[in-house]
Amino acid sequence: MSIQEITTTRLNPHVDPVLAVWEWEIPVYLFVGGLVAGMMIIAGINMLRLAKGERTESFYSVQSPILGFLLMNFGMLALFMDLEHKLYVYRVYMAFEPLSPMSWGSWILLLVYPVLLLSALIRLPQAWPWLGEGIPVVQRLSERLTANARVIKLLGSANIVLGIGLGIYTGILLSTMVSRPLWNSAILGPLFLVSGLSTAAAAIHLVSSVTRRAPAPSGFLGGALAALVQPLGDNPPGPGTEKTLVRADQAFLSVELVLICLLFVGLLSGSASQIDAVDILMSGKYAVVFWGGVITVGIATPLVLQALELTHRLRHTIIPAILVLAGGFALRWVMVGAGQASRMLAAGGM
Amino acid sequence: MPRFGMVIDTRKCVGCMDCVVACQTENDVPSGFCKDWLVTEVRGTFPNLSMEIRSERCHHCDNPPCVYCCPTGASHIEDWGKMVQITADKCIGCKACLAACPYGARFAHPDGYADKCTFCMHRVEENLDPACVAVCPTHCMYFGDLGDPESRLNELMNSRKSHTVLPEAGTSPRVFYLT
Repeated sequence: MSIQEITTTRLNPHVDPVLAVWEWEIPVYLFVGGLVAGMMIIAGINMLRLAKGERTESFYSVQSPILGFLLMNFGMLALFMDLEHKLYVYRVYMAFEPLSPMSWGSWILLLVYPVLLLSALIRLPQAWPWLGEGIPVVQRLSERLTANARVIKLLGSANIVLGIGLGIYTGILLSTMVSRPLWNSAILGPLFLVSGLSTAAAAIHLVSSVTRRAPAPSGFLGGALAALVQPLGDNPPGPGTEKTLVRADQAFLSVELVLICLLFVGLLSGSASQIDAVDILMSGKYAVVFWGGVITVGIATPLVLQALELTHRLRHTIIPAILVLAGGFALRWVMVGAGQASRMLAAGGM
Repeated sequence: MPRFGMVIDTRKCVGCMDCVVACQTENDVPSGFCKDWLVTEVRGTFPNLSMEIRSERCHHCDNPPCVYCCPTGASHIEDWGKMVQITADKCIGCKACLAACPYGARFAHPDGYADKCTFCMHRVEENLDPACVAVCPTHCMYFGDLGDPESRLNELMNSRKSHTVLPEAGTSPRVFYLT
């Protein structure tokens, strides 16, 4: 039997025996980034509908930019915690490196924030009347935004374009690395985008279900909560709105499942390094979380539960939404961990 | 402009690790880390086995993924000798370059920035060999200009068989091993 035995004297921390430089912070950042990206796309689509003159009360998600803004801060905090040279973080904005997905992502995030904040102004003065009274310019800005259909349309389009950019970037960040065979697939960008859309639909469904038919809270914290989770206008959206979210989530989850299958097909028909990388998910350390967390809990179970809900064979609950969110995080956690553990195998002779 | 590289004769290397110790001393490498290391590879079918001992380090690739993924330009190919270097006060410690390097040649310095072999650029600028090359007791390591067809490096590679590590990564490494 032919053997190939490699021994090394190197044992650098977090590099050997397998790469483990990114721990919980990066999966959290990628999950939140995907979630916010999905929220921006869904909110953007609803803004375009708003600009067309459709009833504002029928949407749950126009106000999600406020939630997106808060979540994005949480994601950025996780990213910042991961940096080893924190004081030099400003350096990211002193250069633009066209070949670096991280550089693209940093600049996209710089555009995402003002768009999220401007989008939030559509709803914020309603939730915080004192804000408009105290700072009249905010009130005027909000009135101008909501009064002008072209501005809403522009803002909606900006949300969709930046949402797609942010969602795809979270996957491209990993997929450009030739050194990590599990990541080195063009499927990863679309997969993370669709997973972000599915978690966003689940998150909006979750918050809208929790607050269904409840009177809108007021005051500083109550108003903030209302801005996050209450629908536009006085009347809550009809039950059809929630069904639309569930239907959208069914489509996103189905596409996600197809993309995961395609990822495997691509890897299994690839190089020896890529076939070896698949083993890490199929039977290695990450197999339980992948098959149990991502596939069973995060995709298959919500697909079945939501199908039963849509066909009135089961009562609507928030359980599928919670499972989708858990599965979305599990996908990032597994891909970040297993991808780092994957490596190129030496095929050449001595 | 030179294009520096390294040629290592695996038939002369005895795996004494002098190069590793010299690097750690010369470059004040933090305890528990290394910028160069030894790899022993045994191949074949018993009893017909062959062994290669390689002194490995950053390969200062011509097509360096660590440079491409850097969001700040901290990882770069310097102009003078086309060596891959890191500007510590531009590095944010995102570790993308650590993940992008197929050789695992980089590590996060305890002070926060990405670190790796510099080909002892501070010595090379003074016309000295890198510390690892200078101390090698079997003189198995050669450093010089790969762009100069008359250099000792090209002379050795033209007269002997050589290989690089993970050529399939497409990084065009500049450390060559004579077999």
